[in-house]
Amino acid sequence: MTTDLGPLIPRNRDAHPPAFDTGYKTSVSRSPKWPLLSMESTPSEETGPRFGHSVLGEHDNNLITNWTQGKELAVGERILVHGRVLDENARPVPHTLVEVWQANAGGRYRHKKDAYFAPLDPNFGGCGRTITDEDGYYEFLTVRPGAYPWMNRGNDWRPMHIHFSVFGHSFGQRLITQMYFEGDPLIDICPIVKTVKDRSQIEGLVAALDLSKARPMDFLAYKFDIVLRGRRQTRFENKLEGM
Amino acid sequence: MVQKLDRLVETASQTAGPYVHIGCMPTYAGNAGALAIEIGTDGPILDGAKGEIIEISGEVFDGMGWALRDVMLECWQADTAGVYPGQDGADPAVTGFARIGADSDTGIFTLRTVKPGATPARGGGKQAPHILLWLTARGINTGLQTRIYFEDEDNSADPVLSRIEQRPRVETLIAKKTAEGKYTFNIRLQGEGETVFLDM
Repeated sequence: MTTDLGPLIPRNRDAHPPAFDTGYKTSVSRSPKWPLLSMESTPSEETGPRFGHSVLGEHDNNLITNWTQGKELAVGERILVHGRVLDENARPVPHTLVEVWQANAGGRYRHKKDAYFAPLDPNFGGCGRTITDEDGYYEFLTVRPGAYPWMNRGNDWRPMHIHFSVFGHSFGQRLITQMYFEGDPLIDICPIVKTVKDRSQIEGLVAALDLSKARPMDFLAYKFDIVLRGRRQTRFENKLEGM
Repeated sequence: MVQKLDRLVETASQTAGPYVHIGCMPTYAGNAGALAIEIGTDGPILDGAKGEIIEISGEVFDGMGWALRDVMLECWQADTAGVYPGQDGADPAVTGFARIGADSDTGIFTLRTVKPGATPARGGGKQAPHILLWLTARGINTGLQTRIYFEDEDNSADPVLSRIEQRPRVETLIAKKTAEGKYTFNIRLQGEGETVFLDM
């Protein structure tokens, strides 16, 4: 039986980008104008799908090899991306699915609609996933994605980034975000980054170079922690609900 | 000076962009085989799910009235008895979760599922049968959450619908029955008939 962990803490909308942002042109016609309907979470949002290791393939957490199932290696600067998934109460979120997707080292996506000049890497698919361990920890190997231009305002560029989709343990915790790389000068001029208005929240999207996890003559490492929404705590953790 | 609270701030959302399907639905992106198992793409039910099988079709419109071709929807629902997967007594043939990419030419999406039962409300009472929807696409900065209710159910006492002050907007959350077992549910991101999106 799923225990009742309490309602979700109301989402702090100031931590997120507003729906409407003229700097990111596509949002202009895709943003609701009416305020969202505020409500307390219900069991519908407090439950959610759970995915076990049975959904994972052997190579899913290694984007350098998974497209060729280990036969060939993708081109690019090899990196380990790692971190923890926590909730707003700083508790780890264990056993939750983390999905990632990204452009290849040249900035080209393997998508039927991407027609950028940079070549496709025959050995890179750009999709991976993993599940956090009991401490909320995840990691995957990949190549550093290239920056690429997009039309938006004529000469905009996306900084190097990896897309993250995280489930958490309830449908109301669902989050999609992007990880950027420390030191990339394109971060500060990216219209999509700038949809986030709080500077400290932007900093929370920038992964730090982490040499403690790097392996000599092999890969660099970047650390990226993700915080999901928490649930209202009304009792001490070690006491049963209602005691 | 007061003590600091032991709290973190939720990570900021960023748009899923136009290529969300690479990571979530690789076959849809043209990359069949990238993942041995794609989650949710077979729909929220397995063979033998108890209850009425229904099909809900619709489109997601932008402020121009143009259907989004690149939207990805996720659904979450209870079984015919109103029990969520993972809870005691849940129908094992209902996974409850689905991922749907709108047709890339027409923008039409289709969800085939069982009609959910009424589910508990927090603090007692029932919520009318509904399916949760979560939408993400290029230009949507934070995923949008809404619900599908059914016009042939009693929605009069539903606590969420009751909270909608502008009563005509309630209609935006109610699927219209078009034939036996068939419903239409359109979503409008902006403009006339803008769908009610939820924040909890």
